[in-house]
Amino acid sequence: MAQIPNEELLKRIGEKFGEQVTLVGEPYGLLTVETSRDQIIDLLTFLKTDPALKFIFLTDITGIHYPEQEKQIGIIYHLHSLTTNTRIRIKVFLADGDVHIPTATVLWEGANWMERETYDFFGVIFDGHPDLRRILNVDDMTAFPMRKEFPLEDPNRVDKKDYFFGR
Amino acid sequence: MQNHPVYTDNDPQSELSTLNLGPTHPATHGVFQNVLQLDGERIVSGVSTIGYIHRAFEKIAEHRPFYQITPLTDRLNYCSSPINNMGWHMTVEKLLGITTPKRVDYLRVIVMELARIADHIVCNGVLGVDTGAFTGFLYMMEFREAIYEIYEEVCGSRLTTNIGRIGGFERNFNSIAFAKLRKFLVDFPKTLKEFESLFNRNRIFVDRTKDVAAVTAEEALSYSWTGPLLRAAGVDYDVRAMNPYSSYEDFDFEVPVGTNGDVYSRFLVRNEEMWQSLRLIDQALTKLDKEPSDVFHADVPEFYLPPKEEVYNNMEALIYHFKIVMGEIPTPNTEVYHSVEGANGELGFYLVNDGGRSPYRLHFRRPSFINYQMYAPMSRGMLLSDAIINMSSLNVIAGELDA
Repeated sequence: MAQIPNEELLKRIGEKFGEQVTLVGEPYGLLTVETSRDQIIDLLTFLKTDPALKFIFLTDITGIHYPEQEKQIGIIYHLHSLTTNTRIRIKVFLADGDVHIPTATVLWEGANWMERETYDFFGVIFDGHPDLRRILNVDDMTAFPMRKEFPLEDPNRVDKKDYFFGR
Repeated sequence: MQNHPVYTDNDPQSELSTLNLGPTHPATHGVFQNVLQLDGERIVSGVSTIGYIHRAFEKIAEHRPFYQITPLTDRLNYCSSPINNMGWHMTVEKLLGITTPKRVDYLRVIVMELARIADHIVCNGVLGVDTGAFTGFLYMMEFREAIYEIYEEVCGSRLTTNIGRIGGFERNFNSIAFAKLRKFLVDFPKTLKEFESLFNRNRIFVDRTKDVAAVTAEEALSYSWTGPLLRAAGVDYDVRAMNPYSSYEDFDFEVPVGTNGDVYSRFLVRNEEMWQSLRLIDQALTKLDKEPSDVFHADVPEFYLPPKEEVYNNMEALIYHFKIVMGEIPTPNTEVYHSVEGANGELGFYLVNDGGRSPYRLHFRRPSFINYQMYAPMSRGMLLSDAIINMSSLNVIAGELDA
């Protein structure tokens, strides 16, 4: 089947969700929409189960941090319809201190580790996740290291001070 | 996945033993731990722990100019690092709107397919070792060495290649590289054929792998599997065929698809992929003959790192070199997702750029990370010896798992 044009895809989503889903843009031809956490599972379910769209494949879930924005933490989903070879990117932004979003493991088993990774790096709490623990970092870590306030080097380290190297 | 009875703590029969499979068990191919509950030799439940070699690549990438991210991608799947390098360079090219000449595309196809063969040689060879057959591994290893020698001729290094540049290659391929490549194309099919005849109908091998760890297409899709694992389960999704990059649309090749989704199917799919890769390399060589022999990069001086000898003798080149290395090149404020067919599946790069000297956010979609999460659930009910073979067949590379 041929690729679904972005306008048509957006129209289908608009018919179902109206103002709840807004267009962000089409960078490099990839339709990018934004929605709220109340709508995200409904939107993902619609995209996955709609017989014409069939976004059955969850490519990726990840996060992003914009410290200067009111809603700082973004969660980004990439879906792929293998029958029509169409991709879509969905973004949800949440305010810091209230970083809760329903889990997508109800739709895809594979979302499990992707969400654990997003939790580990950004502190996003996926409500209803069966096993929300850190995945790559140690369990007793308190920071969420991919947030922008954490610098690459630990500022408290003394062995990397310039004066030890004659700088 | 099979369903077997799970004993509870109150069950008088429940004399379960706990076994740490890994983190440094030879069969775990790296550092990943699986805490298994065993009822005799049957696995009742398991929990996978990863992260032992987590190196914070995504964080480091936020502090580096585009060129200096290439060494990070090398260390993702170090069995086929050129695919990662070129995937990354193609992502940046997509971001910057650079079109590469056809000759560069074909050379990239050659190097990427060589990397795929090298990766599958290790995977299928080790799968043989895990079933007790060392011979096939030894036969095939010789050709991984041959591939490394070709890399060496092209870029000077073997394992972590850092091959290529934004826009093409650092230098042109010399005649020795092509001679070695042609020799490889003549010699390797014989050994691959021998390897297949050693395993494909081998009673012990077939008994150990057929119907072991069988996964249906629905399960594989639900777990977001890609690559040979997904194709062995019967889904013909291949990024090269579906979203062609680097001129794959010019080539004639097939996407091998399995039926059973078991370890045996995965083995066969990988073998068949090696044949297809040889076909692709052969076609690429023919196509290269029609292209001008001195082109090896796009004409984009503002992004392509100038050759070293020019940097030493030419002011213009020195300025460009400095600007590029320091990340002072103008980049758009946008985001891009680009994926390539890595040896283990869809290797994706999600790059959010803010026009600065390094990416605002870079996320690697690592196929091993996503493929491996099914390991513990699918091991339930399996024999321990089968779980070992299953791990080999998943071809999880620790560098890609932990990133």
